[in-house]
Amino acid sequence: MTATADHAGLSAGGLEVGKARTRKEDARLVTGQTTWTDNITLPGLAHVAFLRSPHAHARVTSVKVDAARQAPGVIAAFNGADVAAEQGSLPCAWPVTPDIVIPAHPPMAVDTVRYAGEIVAAVVARDRYAAADALELIDVEYEPLPAVLDMEAALRPGSPKVHEEGNKSYTWTFGNGDIDAAFADAPIVIERTYRQQRLIPSAMEPRAVVAAPVADEYTIWSATQIPHVLKVMLAVVTGIPEHKLRVIAPDVGGGFGSKLQVTAEEVLALIIARRLGRPVKWTESRSEGNVAVHHGRDQIQKIRIATDADGRLRGLDVNLLADMGAYLMLVTPGVPLLGAFMFNAIYKMDAYRFTCTGVFTTKTPTDAYRGAGRPEATFAIEHIMDDLAARLRADPLEVRERNWIRHEEFPYTTIAGLTYDSGNYEAATAVARDLFQYDELRKEQASRNAVASATRLGIGVSTYTEMCGLAPSRVLGSLAYAAGGWEHASIRVLPTGKVEVITGSSAHGQGHETAWSQIAADELGVPFEDVKVLHGDTAIAHKGMDTYGSRSLVVGGTAIVAACAKVRQKARVIIASQLEVSADDLEWADGRWAVRGDPDQGKSIGDIAFSTFAAHDLPDGVEPSLDCDATYDPDNFSYPHGTHLCAVEVDTETGRVKIRSYVAVDDIGNVVNPLIVDGQVHGGIAQGVAQALFEEAAYDSDGNLVTASLADYLIPSAADLPSFTLARTQTPSTLNPLGVKGVGEAGTIASTPAVVNAIIDALRPFGVTDVPMPCTPERVWRAITDSYRDGGEL
Amino acid sequence: MKITLTIDGVRYDDDVEPRLLLVHYIREHAGRTGTPIGCDTSNCGACTVLLNGKSVKSCSVLAVQADGATLTTIQGLASGPANGSMDGWHPLQKAFHEEHALQCGYCTPGMIMAAVDLLAENPDPTEDEVRNGLEGNLCRCTGYQNIVRAVLTAARGAQAGATA
Repeated sequence: MTATADHAGLSAGGLEVGKARTRKEDARLVTGQTTWTDNITLPGLAHVAFLRSPHAHARVTSVKVDAARQAPGVIAAFNGADVAAEQGSLPCAWPVTPDIVIPAHPPMAVDTVRYAGEIVAAVVARDRYAAADALELIDVEYEPLPAVLDMEAALRPGSPKVHEEGNKSYTWTFGNGDIDAAFADAPIVIERTYRQQRLIPSAMEPRAVVAAPVADEYTIWSATQIPHVLKVMLAVVTGIPEHKLRVIAPDVGGGFGSKLQVTAEEVLALIIARRLGRPVKWTESRSEGNVAVHHGRDQIQKIRIATDADGRLRGLDVNLLADMGAYLMLVTPGVPLLGAFMFNAIYKMDAYRFTCTGVFTTKTPTDAYRGAGRPEATFAIEHIMDDLAARLRADPLEVRERNWIRHEEFPYTTIAGLTYDSGNYEAATAVARDLFQYDELRKEQASRNAVASATRLGIGVSTYTEMCGLAPSRVLGSLAYAAGGWEHASIRVLPTGKVEVITGSSAHGQGHETAWSQIAADELGVPFEDVKVLHGDTAIAHKGMDTYGSRSLVVGGTAIVAACAKVRQKARVIIASQLEVSADDLEWADGRWAVRGDPDQGKSIGDIAFSTFAAHDLPDGVEPSLDCDATYDPDNFSYPHGTHLCAVEVDTETGRVKIRSYVAVDDIGNVVNPLIVDGQVHGGIAQGVAQALFEEAAYDSDGNLVTASLADYLIPSAADLPSFTLARTQTPSTLNPLGVKGVGEAGTIASTPAVVNAIIDALRPFGVTDVPMPCTPERVWRAITDSYRDGGEL
Repeated sequence: MKITLTIDGVRYDDDVEPRLLLVHYIREHAGRTGTPIGCDTSNCGACTVLLNGKSVKSCSVLAVQADGATLTTIQGLASGPANGSMDGWHPLQKAFHEEHALQCGYCTPGMIMAAVDLLAENPDPTEDEVRNGLEGNLCRCTGYQNIVRAVLTAARGAQAGATA
């Protein structure tokens, strides 16, 4: 299917799409009737606990599990040697270059550990307490090896090696235009180095997995975003035939990319269940999860721009070091590439060059975290655009406007080769300026600066776009990603006229059960309440690519629209027969097929559901079913955009930052459910603010994660965040029939630079040009005092 | 050790290990899995329940410490059967639904139970008081804005009801 799919909803009045429907999901969530993976219990269920390396890097010379095996309640214990023959290697599905180094990644370490937290042994016991107790009886001998923690040092000759092959995984380059010419004789060249700190995604539900064998077939419940991908990968890794695996993602408590993974624990739970012939469960503690769930971000960004004297961009040159951690997980090497196409953002320029080197360190592997590559890119370009404005002593919005793609220029093919279908940066910025009272705040800022107020006001700008709706399969193929980017939907019309929508998307908080019901209701002419959405079980939703990359509505929603169109055409034939007219004489209006020119003569899909089921008098050759499937592969990414403005007050004596106001104007195309969209934007902004102000996965010099609990890794509470003011402009996507663009990551992508730019804006009078994230009071205070020491700029 | 406690109106007599956490008792012995676990340092508040009417993080209480206590979990908050009808829902359950104060819902049981206690102590809180009062309950999805609004909505509803 393509974007030309027959689409009934909006043309039929769009009764449900656009409504702020409260969510169907809530009834079980607010009453405690949820099925989290850790809630699942089965007869004979045994509990798995894993022993993890306390060393960042060590040779494992001996793992003695005999004493653990003898402990009360213990059923089995395994070390790496015990499972070496059957555990395979955790998959990396994105070999970004032909010469990429993808080291073997045994789920349980056999002879070497390369990050603190890597699994070295497992205990299986009758209950979780007995399993945890028995871990203490395992005797492991380590020969410590040097930790490799700093990416730049890791690439120097003579550095200790994380893997035999060396510390470089790959270098990926991309370019368009004559970068040397762009920089030659440029009146303005600005060069900066920014640091994207390492983050821990921190979904509220810790990971859990239950693996249950019955004869030679296996059911796996997992707190995962990707039951379909996981099923294929588990088959590949373990050798269990794919048709003998069923993966269920029951209620899943958030993901943010952290559950877009094929994990060691999932593989080990499955092979332990196979070994023992009984069901096993593993649930992580938060402290375990902080060292073992993949981390996000962690890049050193060298960025250079060349501009004309008036700030018009000529060239952009980006050189990244991206910390892979100790191993390449599912899409680890590809995450920075998702940013490669976004550094140029909404701006026009003559030349662009991008280089990224993936570096191994002895830290927890990194992989996708909300935004995956695009927040990093957006931060760097939006930060340096503010630096450019400061250099020009011009307003940062005005400097952006000199460079951005004007609304009449869409569709526009960027210097990075993407074709942005639609957008209106002027409109979003105008609304944001107004809501924010931009001019008034600038005046207040000037007057505070004039009197050298101890509390300065800063205004941060972020005019972001992003690429989402992952993804056109051909593009993924051209980037060496192993899978496609389509999505699947099935519609079942039940005998009583109720409808089941089976989606390949796998929600974990996004509200698909509600939003997909709205879409199907419009497309099929059935009441919202009569639609049930099924997902997250490979035996029910047999085909899917799951949920990440703000793809579910854009790709999965379009698949639903396409499947509904097929259902309508089947219904048309049956209704024509019942009304004794030609199918060509029927038109779809107000949710039913009616005779053209005689709208009283018509029937809905609900009207014919039972007679289709009974099948007593169907026309010759018509099957007794209205059910249809569709698989949709997008032609392009989608490109939400918006303007976020943040005002901060910075106490220059203590370094404390207070967000005074935050305005987000997002253009995500058409909106299916404004309630859900606003929630996504709120939460997205909060996570971006958290990167700007609070969070960092910090390691000590031995390579131990010192932020291994929620007491040390500071995810914000209600008391740490303000309310955000939201508004929308609406430029429908031209790429899909719903006109939607995706909203899951937009807030996170936009907000980090808005906040950091605001802090720096407040401190530019002190000569401050950067504050490393997270901008804690200490770092802000140090930036001010260091600039005093350096004499400041102004 | 022998303990007797009441959870959501049902009495339990049990023999438990002294080290057993109350949240594990609630989930695994009583089978009340509506109360989830989000951390191991009592920071996240997902496991918040009412113990003799006051909110506690049930991961930081031993089951034996709850001997003789009456507990209310998210599953005992509504007055009616949990059959999808909103009729018996607690005003905070309704407000969380209507204000879209949850996404993945993992923090929701603890957040609602903490809010029940918050409103019992301060029936007419300001926004700041709600934000500070829920500081011990972490949510990763919502940015808290709709949670705060839901608590204020429920408070206003109760105030309106009280003065009617």
